[in-house]
Amino acid sequence: MTLLKVDGLDCRYGLLQAVRGVSFEVAQGEIVALIGANGAGKTTLLRAIAGAHRPHAGKVTFDGEDVTRVPAHQRVARGIALVPEGRRLFPSLTVEENLRVAVAGGRRGRWNEQTVLESFPLLQARRKLPAANLSGGEQQAVAIGRALMSNPSLLLLDEVSLGLAPVVVDAVYESLANVITEGATVVLVEQDLTRALRVAGRVICLLEGRVVLEGDARSLDRERVVNAYFGLRSRAAGGER
Amino acid sequence: MTLANAIVQGIFLGAFYAVLACGLSIMFGVMRIINLAHGDVAVLGAYLAFVVVEHTGASALVAFAAALPVMLALGYILQITVLERSLKAGLLTPLLATFGLSIVIQNVLLIVFSPDVRSLGPAAGALTSASWHVTSELSFSALGVVVLAVAIVVFGALQLFLSRTQAGWAMRATAEDADAAELVGINSRSVYARATAIAVGVAALGGLFLGIRSVFDPISGPTQLIFAFEAVVIGGMGSLWGTLLGGIALGLAQTLGAEIQPQFAVLAGHVLFLAVLIVRFGGGRLTLRVAR
Amino acid sequence: MKVERWTRTSKLFTGGSAVVALALASVPLIFDPDVVQKLTNLLILVILATMWNALAGYGGLVSVGQQAFIGIGAYGTVFFAGLGVSPYVAMLLAMVVAGALSVPISLFALRLRAAQFAIGMWVIAEVMSILVRLDKNLGAGTGISLIQMNQYDPNYRQAYTFWMALGFAVLFLTALFFLLRSPLGASLQAIRDDEDAARSLGVRVASRKRLLFVLAGFGCGAAGVLVVANTLFIEPGSVFSVQWSAYMIFMVLVGGLGTFEGPILGAILLFAIQTTFTQGGPWYLVGLGAGAAVFALVLPRGLWGVIEGRLGLRLLPVGYRVVSQETKTEKKAQVSA
Repeated sequence: MTLLKVDGLDCRYGLLQAVRGVSFEVAQGEIVALIGANGAGKTTLLRAIAGAHRPHAGKVTFDGEDVTRVPAHQRVARGIALVPEGRRLFPSLTVEENLRVAVAGGRRGRWNEQTVLESFPLLQARRKLPAANLSGGEQQAVAIGRALMSNPSLLLLDEVSLGLAPVVVDAVYESLANVITEGATVVLVEQDLTRALRVAGRVICLLEGRVVLEGDARSLDRERVVNAYFGLRSRAAGGER
Repeated sequence: MTLANAIVQGIFLGAFYAVLACGLSIMFGVMRIINLAHGDVAVLGAYLAFVVVEHTGASALVAFAAALPVMLALGYILQITVLERSLKAGLLTPLLATFGLSIVIQNVLLIVFSPDVRSLGPAAGALTSASWHVTSELSFSALGVVVLAVAIVVFGALQLFLSRTQAGWAMRATAEDADAAELVGINSRSVYARATAIAVGVAALGGLFLGIRSVFDPISGPTQLIFAFEAVVIGGMGSLWGTLLGGIALGLAQTLGAEIQPQFAVLAGHVLFLAVLIVRFGGGRLTLRVAR
Repeated sequence: MKVERWTRTSKLFTGGSAVVALALASVPLIFDPDVVQKLTNLLILVILATMWNALAGYGGLVSVGQQAFIGIGAYGTVFFAGLGVSPYVAMLLAMVVAGALSVPISLFALRLRAAQFAIGMWVIAEVMSILVRLDKNLGAGTGISLIQMNQYDPNYRQAYTFWMALGFAVLFLTALFFLLRSPLGASLQAIRDDEDAARSLGVRVASRKRLLFVLAGFGCGAAGVLVVANTLFIEPGSVFSVQWSAYMIFMVLVGGLGTFEGPILGAILLFAIQTTFTQGGPWYLVGLGAGAAVFALVLPRGLWGVIEGRLGLRLLPVGYRVVSQETKTEKKAQVSA
């Protein structure tokens, strides 16, 4: 069953077009990785799905309903949660407060303050600390936990590895694996190709705002992926772009 | 007046300024808007209470209670017509739009109420004049004590609101990162409207105190705005308790200045304000960076 | 493809402006002293609007306290005249003092952020007002007259004042005009459009802003000088009043913030309103305030911005235009200034 459908999405910043005519679908229970170089439009696309960016044209359908005009805070109530690029925790609020402030959606489910803290045990001791005092990895854990507090049916993750040491990223992805239960629907943006291909079931590659490659993560030829990522013409296909 | 008396009066005066400044501080803290019509909103509150007193003979407190809902409604209208729009426009727009609004409020009040000075003192009964004589030279006015108590309660309540309630956390979150707040389900529009409502309500309270402790007329607004802003700056912009302390510091500066020469009162406050700005933001080598 | 500064219209208009200025010089010879006095007021408004626009429109500095310099100009004149200096020389001196004082004030004021700058300047004006009130030699709270002007015949005095006003107006408009056309001007417009981007390109934002601030100090000081020369009596309550800022904000917002011609249009408009509603009073002030607020929120480019946009009109060549030759027609894409 299709949970998310993006149709001909066109997103701009003033005159700059960041997302050009992007269309794809995400079925319930899928884990899709959005890959692409910096500036390819991945963050903008995620933000448009989450409602933080008004598209210039195109449609976003979630759970059968057109949500293109629905503001971000209402999409949370409907079940879309975005873990933004750069964590974006509220610095002076404690870990607890960062989590508690995110229940406004009012959705019921597996996740509440207690279960979130249980899933990220390293946060237990830091509950009462202001978010600004945490390390990068801890902040990322809080950011993910905060998104989970609304019990989303679609979880969007934007570059959770950004600015973190590889060891820390490993730990984050390990927690993610525990957290993403069977049947959870996830779209994640990841610059690290290897990790993306390992975690996801399907891969969509963006280049300069357009979808240039889409396919099953296991069966895609790695060279093809790399070529699409960098916009290189494939030698074998002789000039295909 | 002895020094001790001047200090006591300074603290009482400062508490009044703190109440005036509270709303300004909230609006700035949450929305980064300085409402140049803030003083006029306070004066408007005083006039509304005055109207109730004139027509019903009620006490000042009851009149305030009646005026408050009207003020909150006006605050909501202010939010959706002027402030929300200003937020989306440039940095200059809120200052310019609220300045224009200030002129409008003053002159509408002039048209409706004439330039005569008014007072809510008569409607406040014993509160206006009662005082305790602690020593032969030192006395505490009942009004001063009440204003100080109310100031502490108001600031305390706001602090509790911000640190213990869902709506309070939402407000702090929106103040720090409105975009991220939206992404976790917080309706920033509602948060802003709530902040404006609180600001207008407390401003009206300031207007009530203004009317009881002295007189007011349609153009009293700008003076109150300047005092409120000075209190906010002296105490540190963005800090709620800072605004209370800033108000008290301003009050003390004025009463102690008056000790030197009665005409120096307001000037002493201005000098303190400018001195704080110079020290905080420097002129040349004297820059002291203030941690945010 | 060429980059041009002058269009036919702007050549016509600039030439026309010079003619207009010369024509205006003959006003005192044609009209009664009352009319001349009124037109002097118009010139005062033009200067104030231009200066406030220089600050806010080109420097991004919203000041609600320029009346400080108006007051320095006015009271400076009275002060120097009181020392025995010939009145019109006293006026020039007072203007220079106002400009000079803006330098040390700028060292402190320009470090302040938006609201603090706006209200900080206002407080400075209030401080000056209080200091004047405490000084009996300057008339304290009741005010003081520029009695030294009595040595002149009223008709001549009005004429001299008008010519001085015209001279100042031409001076400051020309100064701003050349400023905007110079490389300095390009950086000023960059600051106006995006301060951080300009700074990252190496534009020395601080010194540019200081230049505008000092220019405005001279300009508002000149306006203050003209106020006392025109009305002969000043008091702190009116000359240091925040009402002046209200006028400046209205003129520039309605005329067109950040455009060269806009403030002049705004000044003419305010002058027309003031002359029509001579009863003045609260009603027209409500209109001014509401007008300023509405324009700030809804029409940020002001009336001139709208005219410019609709007609593609640029009367004075302060911007650049890209002109490309395509087949036989010229497509002109105007780069906004």
